[in-house]
Amino acid sequence: MTTSTIDLTLPYKTRVQDALGNKHLRTALDRSTGRMAGQRVAAMTAVDGQLLRDQVRQMKEHVIRNLPDLLEELERTITANGGHVHWAKEGVDVQRLVVEIARKANVQKVVKAKSMATEEVHLNQALQSAGMKVVETDLGEYIIQLAGEPPSHIVAPVIHRRVEEIAEVFQRELDMPPTLDPQVICSVARGALRKEFLSADMGISGCNFAIAETGTCCIVTNEGNGRMSSTLPRVYVVVMGIEKLVPTVEDAFLQYQALCRSATGQQCSVYLSMTNGPRRPGDTDGPEEFHVILLDNGRVDMLAKEYGEALCCLRCGACLNVCPVYREIGGHAYGSTYSGPIGAVISPSIHLEVTDVDKLPYASSLCGACREACPAKIDLPRMLLELRRDVVEEGDAPLFDRQSMQAFSFAMGSRGRYEAAGKLGSLGSNVFAGMSGGNIKFMPGPLAAWTSSRDFPPLAKRSFREQWKERQRGRKSIGEGKKEE
Amino acid sequence: MTHKKQFDSPPRRVALFVTCMVDMLYPEVGMATVELLERHGVEVVFPAEQTCCGQPAFNSGFWEEARPLARRFVDIFEPLVRQKQVDAVVAPSGSCTTMTSHFYQLLLENEPAYRERAAFLGAATFELTEFLVDVLGVTDVGARFDGRLTYHACCHLLRELGIDRQPRALLDAVEGADLVAMTGADECCGFGGLFAIKNGGISTAMGQRKAQNIAKSDADAVALCDVSCMTHINGLLSREGQRCRAVHIAQVLTNQVDVAARPASDEVAPESKAAPRRWQDDKVKG
Ligand code: SF4
Repeated sequence: MTTSTIDLTLPYKTRVQDALGNKHLRTALDRSTGRMAGQRVAAMTAVDGQLLRDQVRQMKEHVIRNLPDLLEELERTITANGGHVHWAKEGVDVQRLVVEIARKANVQKVVKAKSMATEEVHLNQALQSAGMKVVETDLGEYIIQLAGEPPSHIVAPVIHRRVEEIAEVFQRELDMPPTLDPQVICSVARGALRKEFLSADMGISGCNFAIAETGTCCIVTNEGNGRMSSTLPRVYVVVMGIEKLVPTVEDAFLQYQALCRSATGQQCSVYLSMTNGPRRPGDTDGPEEFHVILLDNGRVDMLAKEYGEALCCLRCGACLNVCPVYREIGGHAYGSTYSGPIGAVISPSIHLEVTDVDKLPYASSLCGACREACPAKIDLPRMLLELRRDVVEEGDAPLFDRQSMQAFSFAMGSRGRYEAAGKLGSLGSNVFAGMSGGNIKFMPGPLAAWTSSRDFPPLAKRSFREQWKERQRGRKSIGEGKKEE
Repeated sequence: MTHKKQFDSPPRRVALFVTCMVDMLYPEVGMATVELLERHGVEVVFPAEQTCCGQPAFNSGFWEEARPLARRFVDIFEPLVRQKQVDAVVAPSGSCTTMTSHFYQLLLENEPAYRERAAFLGAATFELTEFLVDVLGVTDVGARFDGRLTYHACCHLLRELGIDRQPRALLDAVEGADLVAMTGADECCGFGGLFAIKNGGISTAMGQRKAQNIAKSDADAVALCDVSCMTHINGLLSREGQRCRAVHIAQVLTNQVDVAARPASDEVAPESKAAPRRWQDDKVKG
């Protein structure tokens, strides 16, 4: 691509600066996030959105509370259907398990439907190192695979690219004639992918939700690539986080409804592919082998700490689309598989190698738009606050922050110190402001981060309390005098 | 979420939680708050021991540093309510009201006695517009504003306290005000406390988007309920040389905002035309 690819391992500061300075990225984000957020609002107000969110939350809380039992039930039902269940404690366990399954079945080529869980554990790289060809088949994922980039959004992986850039990749990689027509671009991709589907030995997908009572793994797609991945190859492997399950078929449709409306603003997706197990005698299609890998990778620890609420997440991406921070910097600046508010919350707990993961809880103005959009009513701002507390308690806060907060707490801890600080501040700031015509245009040290782009007013020459005292002179008041220590 | 105190009879006396930013930076907002309350028959008490509620420390993860300030705040205000010396606490800020009535519950989680006192106090603590509209039942305070006015919904006010209808109702009743809608009125201005420094670039980008939306609304002033967001928005508008200024709603409701004549269309917009008085000439209202 003409624009440089963002390097996720760079320091947080650099990632953010690169993103803010990337005009194309910001145009792409502007075009998409607002539209997706608007579609969600329309779809959620077309039904009783509040009720739906309440029901989803209740159901997910039930799941989290009964996770061990439900997981065992899922294992039983999948096994009864003829599938194989594997437990993966860490990301490397998923890599090892899938490579083993593939080797045993003599797999040369793998087709994949979009899956964040496999991104999380870097499964593609592991399979490629083991000598297999891996092809992403979701259009967005296919594009970024060709471009050599990680996804930058939970449901819209290529949201960071404008159509102009996508066309460029296709011209370069697939010999597409120059065009910006999405129809043409899609048909070129379809032609290329069809061949891959027909010659693949193994299909891999994530799982939007698995139904414990029936052992059914469900994937929600709009392109049909999920169904081709799950039915055409000989072997089908599902990789799912342990929280992605629902107790009953009824619950599955509750989650499905909330997911579609929140993710893309659709009433329902174009495809909902449900796999119960391998091909049975008499079935006309379906895989010969069916494997489900249940991934922990830090999720159990989240439950043990106070971040278990984040396991209610449906991975709908609504919180990304409404996040004013995500809208400015996009997903790659977070440096993690998971970006946006939910990414900032789970990245420190999920076992991912993220450079400057400590900075992510601070990548939020705590405006609360994410919580308002979340179909599972996850209190993301509260968890960001608690994660900040953890960063400080673990001694990882910058020295300047620590010193200034200690000084702040000390100054505000007594009326005398507070008033003295106010007097001093008023004098100093008015001198500064006087030099630049009323407003402060320059502040020293870290405060320059404010004044490099924004003015700051001087403190008042006479504070409210001084004016109040004068006003009350001669008046009797219970607030003044009596409360003095 | 705390349940708000219900009043059998109209409250007669309140304690003003002026907030440190209003105290030090915008005394005129504090005075306007007092004026509004007194005008509606409510006596105002100012506990002079008050400093800061501790939000900057809490918000940036320094809970250990925030706790003494939280306990201090509770010690100052809670007895006034408990002993019925005042009927309520009123603050001209959605954010500081959120801190004391919601976040203290989180901050003081392991101190049950203080936590309970904070909950009791929180139920009796009201943001100014909420107090005027919901408790006093006032929407028309007799204010006048000759110009175009728009409203920015501050995040804590809107999404933590759920206050939106109240300030809008108060502005609706301002005589002469031409109320205009603003795109993204409920989107964050990018302030976010220390976020504005620690993530200065992102914060500025968010603020610039807000400033653009303000310019597009063609308003003479943007009313809002938090001076922190007001500082951020004005910092950008002033740097960009825009004519419009953000003003606290109490200033609008007490006729503190001057609107100068709009420039002729081909004229370059002179700076600070619609500024509140102090922003323009630093005159302090006594
Ligand atoms: S946190 Fe909520 S809004 Fe964000 S992806 Fe998860 S379910 Fe969707």
